[in-house]
Amino acid sequence: MSIPLSFGRISLYLLLGLFCIYYLLPLYVMVANSLKPLDEITSGGMMALPSDWTLAPWRSAWSEAQVGVEATGLRPYFTNSLVMVVPAVMITTLMGALNGYVLTKWRFRGDTLIFGLILFGCFIPFQIVLIPMARTLGLLGLSGTVPGLVFVHVIYGISFSTLYFRNYYAAFPTELVRAAEIDGAGFFTIFRRILLPNSGPIAVVCVIWLFTNIWNDFLFGASFSDFDSQPMTVALNNLVQSSTGVKEYNVHFAGAIMAALPTLFVYVVAGRFFVRGLMTGSVKG
Amino acid sequence: MKVPAKLLATAAVSTLISSAAMAQSVEVLHWWTAGGEAAALNVLKEDLAGQGIGWEDMPVAGGGGEAAATTLKARVAAGNPPTAAQLLGMQVREWADEGALGDLTAVATEGHWADVVPSALQDFAVRDGKWNAVPVNIHRPNWLWINAAIFEENGLTPPTTWEEFNTVAQTLKDKGITPLAHGGQPWQDATIFDDVVLGIGGADFYRKAIIEADMDALGSDTMVQVFNQMRTVRGFVDDNFSGRDWNLATAMVLNGEAAMQLMGDWAKGEIVRADMTPGTDILCVTAPGTEGSYLFNTDFFAAFDVSDDNQAAQSALAASVMSPAFQEAFNLVKGSIPARTDVAPDNFDACGQKAMADIKEAEANGTLLGSLAHGHGQTSAVQRAIFDVVTEHFNSDMSAEDAVEELQIAVESAQL
Amino acid sequence: MARSASSARAALRNLLPRLVLSPSVALIAIFVYGFIAFTSYLSFSDSRMLPSYGWVGLSNYEKLFSLRTWDIALNNLAVFGILYIAICCVLGLMLAILLDQRIRAEGFIRTIYLYPMALSFIVTGVAWKWFLDPGIGLEAVMHDWGWTSFKFDWIKNRDMAIYTVVIAAVWQTSGFVMATFLAGLRGIDAEMLRAAEVDGASTFALYRRIVIPQLRPAFLSAFVVLAHMAIKSYDLVVALTNGGPGTATEVPATFMYSYTFTRNQMGIGAASAEIMLLTIAAVIVPYLWSELREKR
Repeated sequence: MSIPLSFGRISLYLLLGLFCIYYLLPLYVMVANSLKPLDEITSGGMMALPSDWTLAPWRSAWSEAQVGVEATGLRPYFTNSLVMVVPAVMITTLMGALNGYVLTKWRFRGDTLIFGLILFGCFIPFQIVLIPMARTLGLLGLSGTVPGLVFVHVIYGISFSTLYFRNYYAAFPTELVRAAEIDGAGFFTIFRRILLPNSGPIAVVCVIWLFTNIWNDFLFGASFSDFDSQPMTVALNNLVQSSTGVKEYNVHFAGAIMAALPTLFVYVVAGRFFVRGLMTGSVKG
Repeated sequence: MKVPAKLLATAAVSTLISSAAMAQSVEVLHWWTAGGEAAALNVLKEDLAGQGIGWEDMPVAGGGGEAAATTLKARVAAGNPPTAAQLLGMQVREWADEGALGDLTAVATEGHWADVVPSALQDFAVRDGKWNAVPVNIHRPNWLWINAAIFEENGLTPPTTWEEFNTVAQTLKDKGITPLAHGGQPWQDATIFDDVVLGIGGADFYRKAIIEADMDALGSDTMVQVFNQMRTVRGFVDDNFSGRDWNLATAMVLNGEAAMQLMGDWAKGEIVRADMTPGTDILCVTAPGTEGSYLFNTDFFAAFDVSDDNQAAQSALAASVMSPAFQEAFNLVKGSIPARTDVAPDNFDACGQKAMADIKEAEANGTLLGSLAHGHGQTSAVQRAIFDVVTEHFNSDMSAEDAVEELQIAVESAQL
Repeated sequence: MARSASSARAALRNLLPRLVLSPSVALIAIFVYGFIAFTSYLSFSDSRMLPSYGWVGLSNYEKLFSLRTWDIALNNLAVFGILYIAICCVLGLMLAILLDQRIRAEGFIRTIYLYPMALSFIVTGVAWKWFLDPGIGLEAVMHDWGWTSFKFDWIKNRDMAIYTVVIAAVWQTSGFVMATFLAGLRGIDAEMLRAAEVDGASTFALYRRIVIPQLRPAFLSAFVVLAHMAIKSYDLVVALTNGGPGTATEVPATFMYSYTFTRNQMGIGAASAEIMLLTIAAVIVPYLWSELREKR
């Protein structure tokens, strides 16, 4: 189905292109500066393209830059972040989907109130949970461990994942669920066979949100990790925030883009599930 | 304090279990992640490795130790404190008051630290006769960095009082050169404020107003003069100063865009990096009116984790930090001077040698004073309250009289 | 016997949904509401460096409201919050609708709109700071290109700096709001749209009458997320202006962090958190009420 190029279509593309420029501008600053030697930056050419192209900052950020006593670059911290983020995102998304399913398709007295109470969890300032949470993790013996970090991220992610799925499933035809129930399908069967296959777009949104937030979290990462479980953001921060040392902006930018690559990867891959029409198919049977 | 005691009891128990597994290692929380300083810290790591002690690195950079301070609180609350943590002087005192610190007195006595560490530093490292922490370096924030070429071309000599500074700066401004490179961030504003208070009021006034937070001194005419001078300084920075990082301000002096900068001696790292020589291409003189006095800013490693079987490793770490070899190696890189006065100055650059000579004089005259801007003047609460007023005044058209009044209110309310 | 077994199974079936929900509820009860209660206790206590339990009554609140920075922070939150949420919603909805027009390379464009979310503000803040800096950024570039009267120095201007925070914040999250709305649009029954199209409704009317009303739940999601971001905008402000010039861009999140951790005045930090939670509740609860009640 091809759509003819009309004046309207052309201006539509122009408009979309214009916004692309707005979104890409800061990236340009980062990429351009990550590819030039430091003196080109400090001598004032922050907006210009590199006149002397170099990949050295990228190499440095990946494997040579000083982020602690040893000059390891960001490389070793990648795994630390991955083993924390992947389980946290999966658990939180699944819990959110189940909660959303219960709250829209298996309603009971007071369910709206419960949803409201869960939702308010989105607003708790992390600054106030830090000390009591540290204490709790200490008591649970999870202090400074990866499971501890996963635990914290799951707790403060549930509110969001529940919100997304609940609001998405609210629009999902309840008749389908009831029909399946009459056919003898159980609670989990209905969820797995009917709801889940139709959750593509919202799962994308939820995963993007959780992955980005957990991957980029600094406060919890810095507070609840040990010397051997520090996540990527703490390392990136160490690379960038040296207070009385020389600031290598080109390496900082290279590191920042590098640190964002897994998230970008998720956006691109997850984006494939952003297609319309799954639900209409299933409605028609 | 009632809670922390309980808290620390559990801390002791849980670390007892965890550290038993890997008997000899130290976990060090610090914010030294820039190339040179971290590499210098590696000297310490190697030294300990030679004694069979492992190094567990826990760097958390950001905001001059603010991020690390938060991490430290969380770790202590969890009952999982590091073996040692980098702290500024006032923080050492505050943690000591919470009863959270261990005891290094034995190793201190053995190494005769009391004879070689300046007494002003000992005021922070020792509480109730016990050494809680070991000093790593001595930074001096009251330096004025001068682009020698600009001064030579314009026939200027380095200013020694704030009046001279004003004249010199005005001359430069008339010629279209930015007199002072500055970054508008609270700690940088406060660094200038320190210099002005000390330069106009003198060492005794600084001690009364800043260190003792004496209400009369804070409300005095001298303080009004200080704020008036701050306003004058404001006229000598470029329009674009606010939010600028300190190192970009230093770069302005190096590039010849600006003539001077008031900054601590960590600026030397930037100077050396630009292939210039501190003391020759970029002159280092004491901030106007502060010759004879020495503001200091020292990083300590405070002993946390008070469990018994960790004491040996902890003491070994402290002894290594205090060894003359490490003190020299580290401070050569860091731009500061050793925290022990018996290290030979030969390997240091001209500015470092001047600092080492000055500190002896200041120590003898009782003019070695903690820097407010860098965590050695007041408790965090009072320090930040003063920052608020200084920054607000510097960035607005508030009058000096109003600023003095606000200062008194802010300090009083933060003390409670 | 058989009857009681089947009735037990029926009871289990009835209970199962609640059972599935219960772990989440328990976690939220302890780690959200429990901690809020703990914080409100701290706000009446003499806590400074670490929690301490000496009762001091309302004095933390009195101090809090005597601080000028807190006033500034609250005002900034209002200005920032309203502009940020409004602009993100409008822009996000617009982009979602535009992208929903069977665009070629949709995936590519979508990723471009979304990518700012991926970057940590620890570093993007620096890029924005430079871009907005009149000495080296946009203004300097325009001057180089010959437009010498061009002026854009908001970030250095006490009265305008908060708007630069809005610009950067919108840049970061509007793409995500777009994705939320896009998911909503993709969730709308295509049959219904086709029927309306057949009835001869114009595209504009189609969106206004049928599509946008169906996006109400998506709006709720977007609003909650944006409000959350507005309130917690800590990294952003720290990286971009660090509260400056002076204290002009101080927000409650930076205030709270500073008092709780940097200044060792945990009591005041806790009091500010309580005030913030109450403010949020005052805004959110009525909205949630009206939004959720009519669904019954």
